[in-house]
Amino acid sequence: MTGFHLAQVNIGRIIAPLDGPELADFVAQLPEINELAERSPGFVWRMVDDEGEDATSFRPDENDDMLLINCSVWESVEALRNFTYHTGHLRVLSRRREWFHRVTEAHQALWWIPTGHRPSIAEAMERVARVREHGPGPLAFTFRDPYPAPAGAAQA
Amino acid sequence: MTAEDSTFAVLGVLGDDVRRRLYRHVAAAPGEVGRDAAAEAVGISRSLAAFHLDKLVEAGLLTVSFRRLSGRTGPGAGRPAKVYRRAEGEHAVSVPPRSYDAVGRLLAEVVENAGLDRELQAAAKAAGAAHPDAAADDLIEVLRARGYQPFWDGETLRLHNCPFRALAEDFPALVCGMNLALLEGLAPEQWSPTMDPCPGGCCVALSKNKNH
Repeated sequence: MTGFHLAQVNIGRIIAPLDGPELADFVAQLPEINELAERSPGFVWRMVDDEGEDATSFRPDENDDMLLINCSVWESVEALRNFTYHTGHLRVLSRRREWFHRVTEAHQALWWIPTGHRPSIAEAMERVARVREHGPGPLAFTFRDPYPAPAGAAQA
Repeated sequence: MTAEDSTFAVLGVLGDDVRRRLYRHVAAAPGEVGRDAAAEAVGISRSLAAFHLDKLVEAGLLTVSFRRLSGRTGPGAGRPAKVYRRAEGEHAVSVPPRSYDAVGRLLAEVVENAGLDRELQAAAKAAGAAHPDAAADDLIEVLRARGYQPFWDGETLRLHNCPFRALAEDFPALVCGMNLALLEGLAPEQWSPTMDPCPGGCCVALSKNKNH
């Protein structure tokens, strides 16, 4: 028990409206994938909108109504990695280009939060911006360059 | 000794036919293998199997642990037996030296950055379908020949080895998507490949369609 949990955000621009035929397969799989996340070892929390099921009604950039956000909290990088790449979630991930535009800039970030904290959209977007501007670091990193949880609670 | 020298040394250990058959048996097994089971599978004595298995451990090709095969614990349960499984690392050697792994990594990075997942999947599916073994009667043998190490898990055919492991770890969405498409092309139509990762193995599992 480190006193820290791992927060995760990824953003993506959908290629067509959520209620259209292009995204139908993606939308249809969301409940199952969200449930799979909740059942996965090390899952702590995921961001949901007012509908209470997922975060698809959030628009983290008010100038971009096709930009979706996904944000969750896990016990460790390993737990998140296992869910992301070693479960049925991989099925959705391997079809990402059918539903999401390619983003040339960083579109995800991981960072450590004190246990019990719930990240806000603004906080999550700030971490993505940090990776974009400075590359991976202890305050915002990626799966490729993970950073360990802070050693002392004072560093939160 | 250079890295290449040590790879040659490791692979030299597999030059012995009995050892190679033991290695193949243990490496393809979904779980740990005891000495008796390995000896029986290869058709040799237990002590000869023990000798060769330990040579494979020394070379770093297998790892060993101890387990009570009786399933009992406590006093009277007997001494834990040595059990073997495939070691994590991989050894590749090319004569003369070639570095396709470096090329693979570079290409994967460019393909990923360019967002060409679907183009890669289309090419992989076509390559699978164009393979001379595609639609062969014995899919299990075809998969085995390509390094997948298939085993039955109830009604599901799972694959104990990922032939693209190193790349799949670095580019999971890209390479696993490619692998699924490849197997979709390769598998005869009575089979349904799906993305269903198994721990330490391949991301794809296959099942037989009910109407065949």
